[in-house]
Amino acid sequence: MSDASTSAKGDLQLRNITKTYGDFNAVDDLTLTIPEGSFFALLGPSGCGKTTTLRMIAGLEEPTAGTIHVGSTEITDMKPYRRPVNTVFQNYALFPHLSIFENVAFGLRRRGIKDVKEQVDKVLQLVELPHLAERKPTQLSGGQQQRIAVARAIVNRPALLLLDEPLGALDLKLRRQMQIELKWIQTEVGLTFVHVTHDQEEAMTMADTIAVMNEGRIEQMGTPADLYDNPQTAFVANFLGQSNLIKGNVVATDGDSHTVDLFGQKVKVNKNRSVARDSSILFGIRPEKIRIQENSHTNSGCVLEGGTIVDVSYIGVSTQYQVEMPWGQELMVFEQNDDGIPPLAKGDSVKLSWEPVFSFGLNGHEDASAGSEVNPTEDE
Amino acid sequence: MKKFNRWFGKNLIRIYAVMGFTYLFIPIVYTFVFSFNDYVRSNLVWRGFTFDNWTDPCAPLDICPALGNSIKIGLIATAGATLLGTLIAFALARYAFKGRGIVNTLIFLPMATPELVLGASLLTMFLDLGFNPGFWTIVIAHVMFCISFVVVTVKARIASLDPRLEQAAMDLYANEAETFRRVTLPLVAPGIAGGALLAFSLSFDDFIITNFNSGTTITFPLYVYTHAERGLPAQANVIGVSMFLLALFVVLAGQFVGRKRKVSA
Repeated sequence: MSDASTSAKGDLQLRNITKTYGDFNAVDDLTLTIPEGSFFALLGPSGCGKTTTLRMIAGLEEPTAGTIHVGSTEITDMKPYRRPVNTVFQNYALFPHLSIFENVAFGLRRRGIKDVKEQVDKVLQLVELPHLAERKPTQLSGGQQQRIAVARAIVNRPALLLLDEPLGALDLKLRRQMQIELKWIQTEVGLTFVHVTHDQEEAMTMADTIAVMNEGRIEQMGTPADLYDNPQTAFVANFLGQSNLIKGNVVATDGDSHTVDLFGQKVKVNKNRSVARDSSILFGIRPEKIRIQENSHTNSGCVLEGGTIVDVSYIGVSTQYQVEMPWGQELMVFEQNDDGIPPLAKGDSVKLSWEPVFSFGLNGHEDASAGSEVNPTEDE
Repeated sequence: MKKFNRWFGKNLIRIYAVMGFTYLFIPIVYTFVFSFNDYVRSNLVWRGFTFDNWTDPCAPLDICPALGNSIKIGLIATAGATLLGTLIAFALARYAFKGRGIVNTLIFLPMATPELVLGASLLTMFLDLGFNPGFWTIVIAHVMFCISFVVVTVKARIASLDPRLEQAAMDLYANEAETFRRVTLPLVAPGIAGGALLAFSLSFDDFIITNFNSGTTITFPLYVYTHAERGLPAQANVIGVSMFLLALFVVLAGQFVGRKRKVSA
């Protein structure tokens, strides 16, 4: 049967998907399973292949190699209009010559459904815009257009809803509100959402599972908390939030922890939190996990001494410090302003400390700056 | 003096506008006024006001058959040029084929070639092929030079069309034919309508190319030209003014519909 637009259900499976443009591998041997009913985010910087992946699932691009399945139905070579997939486009792509009602009814009508009114009204209720049914898309605000674009897609109850940077055109406040709303709609309708974004905060807020993409491959996949706490690569550590990554050597292993030498100072990292393959290690610690104190202080946990504050930014809830270490590297420290102690000043000598459970270890042969150079606000 | 200078500076744009529009409209006003002239033989001197020319526009021999020919030729040429031009425009705007660049340039040639050269060459060609110049040779010639204008107009409209709209239609279960009919065509329609209007007015107006290829067929511009020496009847002004008012009405109606679409419903 060639028309799966209503019948196919189940997990989305991409197997060895590759998309090549000339010599450039936009998507490189990607294998991925997205469970039915989940809210899945493909997160990555511009040009990482996430939108190309989405367009291949929608049928708007053909993969150079590999297969795509929904449940047991293969959809790799199916025309877009035969797939059980609907897309919310980046700039919504509402039909300007049709009313909101007709925009939402478009998919139903094309599938030969005669009585569309009840379903359209219901989905307009869901997005809370039933009073705009007779308007034209240009008469709606950005946020309203966005909700209509979602309504136009979910009214068809596809096996998969694809969202291509759906909130990219909205201002920050509206974006926050829509993040919550989209998440709520997803829970309400129970469809599988595949969300493409370059905004790590958006992905973390909404998705159950995030796949971080870089240069056509998946760097790491997991829950937001898992990705943040246990990054496996320097790219993930830097792209999701910020990280201090320090080159070092594993000099001893006792019990569950490695002892790591960082330019002459010894720190510890849990064995199962390190993915270093040999003694060369990139030692990682998140800025908000570090305590910063004057040199005279005594500390528990891991300690790095000999820092000098080179920059202080006070940002209300926290103070951000740039601390230059004896080996020349600048480390970042975020200190909550919750102890009534005035912030330290530029030029102060400090030591940094943290609980060993917070540190992680990456493969020491990686580039410590991977993923920190990309501009996360740039549009694709 | 200072006061005048300030006033002048403030209203400079308006003064320019009035002068510009005066320059544009004086000939039209002249045509309009002289359509009411109680003329004898020649319509060059004002001899008094009358409605006779308007109540009986077909009075001069041959004027209405000539007008009929012009309208018929205009409609057929418009239909042909619009159909072919729209198809060419889609091909040029949508498909990357070998030689697209050359075709894109060649399509401008009929616009750039002097009409005299086109007219003379077409006549030579028709005679060499054994066609008798007449109604249909005029139609063929008009379709030829109108196509370029339709292509340019429609292509601009297609270029401004967001390809994601068609992708969205396909995503929403519309196959290729439905996508074209429900989304592409309605959105490109204003461009096609514009191209068709342009084609009709070019065809209706054309004298030079028509003059070469008309044989014994008389169109309205040919009628005006041949009678201008002997004295043009004021009915020619009546027809000219009517065409002008018709065009004005079409443009205003188009704008009204466009605005209504945007504002309400």
